[in-house]
Order: sequence, then structure tokens, then C-alpha cells
Amino acid sequence: MPHVVTDNCRLCLFTDCVEHCPVQCFHADGERSYIDPDVCIDCGACIPACPVQAIHEVFEPDAERELLELNKERSRTLPTISVKRSPLPSAAARQAELGF
Amino acid sequence: MVKHAAIVGSGPSGFYAAEALLNALPDIVIDMFERLPTPYGLVRSGVAPDHPKLKQVTLVFDKIMRSERFNFLGNVSVGTDLSLEALQQSYDIVVLAYGASTDRKMGVLGEGLTNSHSATEFVGWYNGHPDFRDCTFDLSQEVAVVVGHGNVAADVARILLQPPEDLRRTDIAAHALEVLAESKIREVHLVGRRGPAQAKFTTRELRGLGLIPQCQALTHGSAVTLGPACELEIADRLNINALQNVEFFRGLCDAAEAQVARKLIFHFCLSPERLEGEAGRVERFVFRRNTLRGNPFEQAAAPTEELFGIDCGLVFGSIGYRGQPLERVPFDFRRGVVPNRKGRVECDGTAVDGLYVTGWLKRGPTGIIGTNRADSIETVQQILEDLPSRTPRPQGGRRQLVESISRRSAPVIGLPEWLKIDAAECAMGRQANKPREKFTRIPDMINVVSQGRAGNVSDCCGASAG
Repeated sequence: MPHVVTDNCRLCLFTDCVEHCPVQCFHADGERSYIDPDVCIDCGACIPACPVQAIHEVFEPDAERELLELNKERSRTLPTISVKRSPLPSAAARQAELGF
Repeated sequence: MVKHAAIVGSGPSGFYAAEALLNALPDIVIDMFERLPTPYGLVRSGVAPDHPKLKQVTLVFDKIMRSERFNFLGNVSVGTDLSLEALQQSYDIVVLAYGASTDRKMGVLGEGLTNSHSATEFVGWYNGHPDFRDCTFDLSQEVAVVVGHGNVAADVARILLQPPEDLRRTDIAAHALEVLAESKIREVHLVGRRGPAQAKFTTRELRGLGLIPQCQALTHGSAVTLGPACELEIADRLNINALQNVEFFRGLCDAAEAQVARKLIFHFCLSPERLEGEAGRVERFVFRRNTLRGNPFEQAAAPTEELFGIDCGLVFGSIGYRGQPLERVPFDFRRGVVPNRKGRVECDGTAVDGLYVTGWLKRGPTGIIGTNRADSIETVQQILEDLPSRTPRPQGGRRQLVESISRRSAPVIGLPEWLKIDAAECAMGRQANKPREKFTRIPDMINVVSQGRAGNVSDCCGASAG
């Protein structure tokens, strides 16, 4: 079942996930990342890598239609990211805010 | 100045190391050595046939193989066809990525009885690995026990319990499908040493065990009562996999026993004590009950006086794959890995010049396919740090070595040869409505390539000078 990046990523962009991805299905802008559901092979390697648990597997696509669409659409236009970057300056604060 | 790297092994960790090296060093040329004629390691021979999507990762590996600075040399065994020492003399960088091909033994009395096997053998057998082609498994038995609570154990249980009809259109080996079609197995026990919170299954695989057609997954209610330390473990936000696993196990307890053909039963806190059987065959598996002791995240299984037996006819030990030593490379026999720091091979704490390790041989048999990418990136970081201060290898050494391998009677399988084998497997698969029908014997693979071969195989390594 498809994996998605949630809003937890926004203001963080830790990008630990990208180096675990075997197929380079992550795309990113300056704010957050997205998973291309058509490239993702559902291996799940990225999930434990994220310090703020921004990734999960979608078991009920109907219940998460918007999030799936967002990930799919943004992946169309944004470049892939396959090398880890430094997190955003706001990352530490956002991590604390999310309770991690 | 062209640098040459040798990678031993063609599984995920080897390919990811190649990828990282190719990206970081514009003038590097990589030779990847693989003992079998076929690449991809456990992606080809480990990932279960009913998980085809995972195997699409080979598209990434194919892209790496097509690089002009990369050469695949299949059917060449380092340690047999050429020595590691020769590699170290001829290449600036040598990366050991040959994984873990044997199994960790349970180490109990009776483990050698007939019908006691390792998961490694069974998985290799149903996936058509040439080394396991001639293994036999007595599926006329009705009850099987699988020891281990990880994804490999889950695969073994699932392949034993899946209706054979559902496997018919996968790339499972034909000889295995034949045997599974006649299987009388109706009950599989999945036994773990510790509790539900420590089970190593990925939740997704675990849920898959609850969805096997005509099969009910069960566990005993008392087994899923957690102690305070385990409750703390699953309350940790970073331990979501464990929480979801426990929720799955709890869900099994409430279910009424269904009228189905097959059953899958989970057991916890049991350690193998001994196997018993008359006439040299497994008839009973005796376990010792454990309690869990220690701090959260350090829960250890402590034996009690209580024994628990399961009458069964077939046993699979699935407590971990294990690496094997190569020539004089330092080796940790306890863990089955090559001692290293972040991928730099170490002998008694001192780095061995120019020798690196990645993947399961480096960290043990843990994680999933993607885990190897981050792992190999780490190893390559160390390589890049060391490279400026390394003495370059003498000119021409690598070319001489590759030419001498090409002069053997056994052919080197380069990318074009592998593509021929690949095409032949896919063509055979089409006849049977399968993605491919794998060759399971090496001479059959070589045969495809030998027909109509022309030209010098070492042309495939013409991509560099020196």
C-alpha cells in the first residue's frame, strides 16, 4: 500500500529518509518532502528513519485521499532528493512542538 | 588518474556502494564480482515470490549496471577463481559485500534429525537458488514449527500456508511449486524466544500473515499480557512497529476459532530445548518457557523450569542468516560478520588498508532492502576519506587480472550475457503465465550464453585504461 509524507515534515526537512530509499522516490521543495506513490515500492525502509514520524503506510486510501493526491501531485513537479541535507533552521523547534 | 574498485557481491549493498562511488568519483571504474551468473543477491533469491513489487528495486540496480564505468563479472568466485589477495594488489579499493549465506544454528540436541532444516535452505529452494536446487522437504507432514519471529520466519510460514494456486503465477521455482501443490501441511507454529513486544516482524509482514486465504492466525490470550517493561517499550513514540505488532497479536486473541483448512499459531517466550524423534526423524519439538527480565529495551529471555512440547513432523530454524569468512580476512565468529568500524575492515582494532565491508557482512542480518543504501553510503564515506592518502596500485594490474579471468574455460558473465539469461527466463515465464521461470542450475544458465557467443568477453571491461 502506498507510503506518504505528512505535514510533520513541514519546517523540518530532516531528509534522513532519502538515503534509506532504494528507489529514490522522494521529492522536495524548500519546506518539506513528498513520496511519489508510483515509484515507491512499499519497502518501508524510510519509516523508522524519520525523527518526527512524518511517513506512514496508507492502509485505507479512501480515508487519506487528499494526502495521497498531494504527494502524487507535488512529486510531478518537484526535483527528486536522494542525498541527505541539513535540516531546516526551524527543525529543532518543530520537532519539540510535535513531541519528539 | 583512473581509480579502480572491486566490489565482491552483487546484492543491494554492493550496488548501493557502487552507486555512491560512481556519484562521488568521476574517474572511478568499478568491477563487481559475483559468484553466480545472476546478479541481485537476496533480491533474487531471498525476497518471497509473492512480493513482486519489492523486486522492482532491480530497476535501480540495472541502471547502475549500464554505467560505462561499471562492469559486472558474474560466474567469478572470489576465493576460488581468484584470491582476495590478488584483488587487493590490483584494485585501489576492495569492498566486501557478499552478505550472509549460511544460517545461525539453534544448537540443540536433535537439530540434525531428518526434517529439521534451516529457513535459509527452504527460502533458497523455493526461490530457485542453484545451491539449494536439490534440497528435499517432506511436505507430507501435517504440522510444522518455525523458530524465529522475523520477516524470514514469516515468509517461511506464509509460503507453507498459502494456497498453491495463489503462487502459480509468481516467479516461484517450478520444482518448489510442484512439491507445495501436494503439501499436507495444515498447521504452522511460529515460535519466538521473547514476547510480542520484541518480535522483529515488520508490521506489514505480520498483517500479511493474518490475510492468508483459508487460514486462521491464532495466539493464546495469556501470551499477549505484557509486563510493565514491555508496556513502556510500546509506549515509546519511536517504537511504533512494536506497538502495531502488539495490537495485531491482541486482535488475534479475541477471534473465535474458525472452520478453516489451515492454522497459524504464534507462541512467545519459548526457547528451543531439543528435538525428539524415533527412526531418525523429527516427531516432537521440546521448548523451555522463558520469562522476560531487565530494563525496557533490554528485555532478556530468562529460562524457567517449565518445558513445552509441540508434536510436529517438520522444523525450520529461522534465527538469522550468518556470514562466512573469506581467506585471511578478519572474522568475528560469534556474530558472523567482518569486524569493522563504519565499514573500514579492522584487524584487532587496526584498519586494514584499502579493504571495506558493507551490508549484512558488515552489520549482521538486519533491516530491509533500503537499509543497505544508508549503510553503503556510510562505508563509501570512509573510502572517500581514506583515498587521498592511499598508495595507488601499480599500473596494469587490474587489466592483467581481468584478462586472466577471461582466459578460464568457465565464461565470465557480463551485462550482455546476463541480459540473455534474463530474456530466456522471461520467455519461459510467459509460457507459464509467470514473470519469469528461473534457471536453477548454473550449466543451464551458461548454456544460454554459450550458444552463439562471439568475441572476447574482456571487451566488457574495456571501459578504462590501466
